[in-house]
Amino acid sequence: MSIVTVQLGQCGNQIGFEVFDALLSDSHSSQGLCSMRENEAYQASCKERFFSEEENGVPIARAVLVDMEPKVINQTLSKAAQSGQWKYGQHACFCQKQGSGNNWAYGYSVHGPRHEESIMNIIRKEVEKCDSFSGFFIIMSMAGGTGSGLGAFVTQNLEDQYSNSLKMNQIIWPYGTGEVIVQNYNSILTLSHLYRSSDALLLHENDAIHKICAKLMNIKQISFSDINQVLAHQLGSVFQPTYSAESSFHYRRNPLGIDRHVWPPLSGLPPLSKMSLNKDLHFNTSIANLVILRGKDVQSADVEGFKDPALYTSWLKPVNAFNVWKTQRAFSKYEKSAVLVSNSQFLVKPLDMIVGKAWNMFASKAYIHQYTKFGIEEEDFLDSFTSLEQVVASYCNL
Amino acid sequence: MTQSVVVQVGQCGNQIGCCFWDLALREHAAVNQKGIYDEAISSFFRNVDTRVVGDGGSISKGKICSLKARAVLIDMEEGVVNEILQGPLRDVFDTKQLITDISGSGNNWAVGHKVFGSLYQDQILEKFRKSAEHCDCLQCFFIIHSMGGGTGSGLGTFLLKSLFDIISKIDLMVNSGKLGTTVKPKSLVTSSSGALKKQHKKPFDAMNNIVANLLLNLTSSARFEGSLNMDLNEISMNLVPFPQLHYLVSSLTPLYTLTDVNIPPRRLDQMFSDAFSKDHQLLRADPKHSLYLACALMVRGNVQISDLRRNIERLKPSLQFVSWNQEGWKTSLCSVPPVGHSHSLLALANNTCVKPTFMELKERFMRLYKKKAHLHHYLQVEGMEESCFTEAVSSLSALIQEYDQLDATKNMPVQDLPRLSIAM
Repeated sequence: MSIVTVQLGQCGNQIGFEVFDALLSDSHSSQGLCSMRENEAYQASCKERFFSEEENGVPIARAVLVDMEPKVINQTLSKAAQSGQWKYGQHACFCQKQGSGNNWAYGYSVHGPRHEESIMNIIRKEVEKCDSFSGFFIIMSMAGGTGSGLGAFVTQNLEDQYSNSLKMNQIIWPYGTGEVIVQNYNSILTLSHLYRSSDALLLHENDAIHKICAKLMNIKQISFSDINQVLAHQLGSVFQPTYSAESSFHYRRNPLGIDRHVWPPLSGLPPLSKMSLNKDLHFNTSIANLVILRGKDVQSADVEGFKDPALYTSWLKPVNAFNVWKTQRAFSKYEKSAVLVSNSQFLVKPLDMIVGKAWNMFASKAYIHQYTKFGIEEEDFLDSFTSLEQVVASYCNL
Repeated sequence: MTQSVVVQVGQCGNQIGCCFWDLALREHAAVNQKGIYDEAISSFFRNVDTRVVGDGGSISKGKICSLKARAVLIDMEEGVVNEILQGPLRDVFDTKQLITDISGSGNNWAVGHKVFGSLYQDQILEKFRKSAEHCDCLQCFFIIHSMGGGTGSGLGTFLLKSLFDIISKIDLMVNSGKLGTTVKPKSLVTSSSGALKKQHKKPFDAMNNIVANLLLNLTSSARFEGSLNMDLNEISMNLVPFPQLHYLVSSLTPLYTLTDVNIPPRRLDQMFSDAFSKDHQLLRADPKHSLYLACALMVRGNVQISDLRRNIERLKPSLQFVSWNQEGWKTSLCSVPPVGHSHSLLALANNTCVKPTFMELKERFMRLYKKKAHLHHYLQVEGMEESCFTEAVSSLSALIQEYDQLDATKNMPVQDLPRLSIAM
């Protein structure tokens, strides 16, 4: 069950590197508190899922790196190679010189069509390497121009060409007080387009991860490296193989299938690194929750709290909306770990805020000329606003 | 990665340009320890095998042979350019990329624009075309000139117009004299004894270095790696909300000249505070007490995202942003610090504090214009008419009015506009 990762833009590539690094180092970490056979099955599954056959013993990440300027990809390739543990494929990159200038319209309407064939070719080659292909994991930010605009374009193409495969987009929600001034425009355009072509959107907020680094991990001078590593850690504990007694290959459950029994595709991800699961689950109504437990004592863990009907919308029974995956093999250096993947009203507040700010800016027509000059008209903005207001309303009505 | 071409026009432009090339060489020498011609250096320099005659000498990879600046030097009198070509940087310039004349423009915009413009139009375009051909992927022209003289202002704005007509995709960034603002091709007449000399007590060299540093820092995040890159096209994307409001105010901290190598390192947070103080602005203006439309912070050196965020949170309450852009920050982090410093900050702001500068300019202009003082010098140049003056003034007045309207919104409470309502 292999997953092909597409890393887009500076953010996507920087995070992608940390994810593969985290996955491989977890896979190599000591026995994992389980039997050697268990451990070997886990490692084999992880390898097959994220890496392809080794060249000289070095696993090659199943990844396609895309960016519209070369600096980040060059850095990413060399960091991976330097680790000595794994690397990226030589021909797995697509790079240009000029960047997207933080302009969603440029990424979507100019770079997209211009480089469509080349990018899709590289992706296809990577998919063909998989014996059993299960879907795409697309890592991108919303605030910039390449990740957001080109990311939306590529996802749409993947939907057209691989409509039977799952597509999950990992989206980085920018800091509230600006990394990019037009980030709210870029965000609403991205979200409204992905809504139609992606199967699931896994969202991480820079502000939230920043707080984790500051409060839970006590890091003094927090760098993007720190933030990306926390994120990679979370994703690793979601995506690493999980034990399933149902199938004969115990670690073959498709991680991208998390979303299979859920619809509207927005998910939020509060992280937990210890067994003491956070009991006050915000009272945000959920459509679906998935808890993934790894390590010691997983079989005896009490997840009854997650089955409380108060957590779920009235038209869903907890038994249909809640799932738990238990794996004895521990993740990384943690004796016990837990992750909650949730599709709930958690996202309403941040989404509403971004839509509100974008709307205020749109009303003054500020920066619109930068988009119209590449073919994204006011109407396209209005369409995006309409889509997202509908999403907000749907979630509010749960 | 892309390349940029620097066009230096007039005495001021060429003197600043010279400082810039000197600093750029030092910076790349400090970063590039192995002497390999890489993409960072190629943004401003060509690598040329000087043994090859003619145009075939460009080398795209491998060891650095001889670096040539991607520059075009233009002056209507020879003294300044000759001095550069005899000075320590003589080998850095391609002697084919010069346009000079003998008599100068006599501080007359009309002579620079109309007379020399038409005389040298073809040559100018030829040099630009040549410099573009030497680039793999040309992204930006930097044009350095003053507004007060005749060549920089007149010929400088003339060539801007030519560039606009021909090259629409490439960004143009104009660095105007000591003001550090971007100026559209409508130059106004000021007397040469104008404000420039009154503002500054230090000699021109120190000032030129500051402007040269500005250019270097502006492009650092595009040339070097960092955890949050910022390309040149991101500057205009984020800082220009409306096409006509494209005047940016800059401030640089720490402020230093080439000789100040032993400045004690300031505390990081102090660097951010300084960037917003009136004294560090490269334009006589006070952005803190005016209205921000947008602000960019370009940090270099060992500074991480948490340092940046902490300072934004700290400084935000004392700054006023326009209602539709309350969080109008654009940030970048470049890991490579400037030579001799552990970190630096360049702040670029689109702020209504430029309005007083324009108003003052208009006032000084009108004082002369009402009396028709010096007007005959301009009108006797062929192609120059009174309408040139009246058009220039009215466009300036329109600009001032736009800023006025924005300023009027300054202390109004920010209201959220009614959103689209969806029927469920």
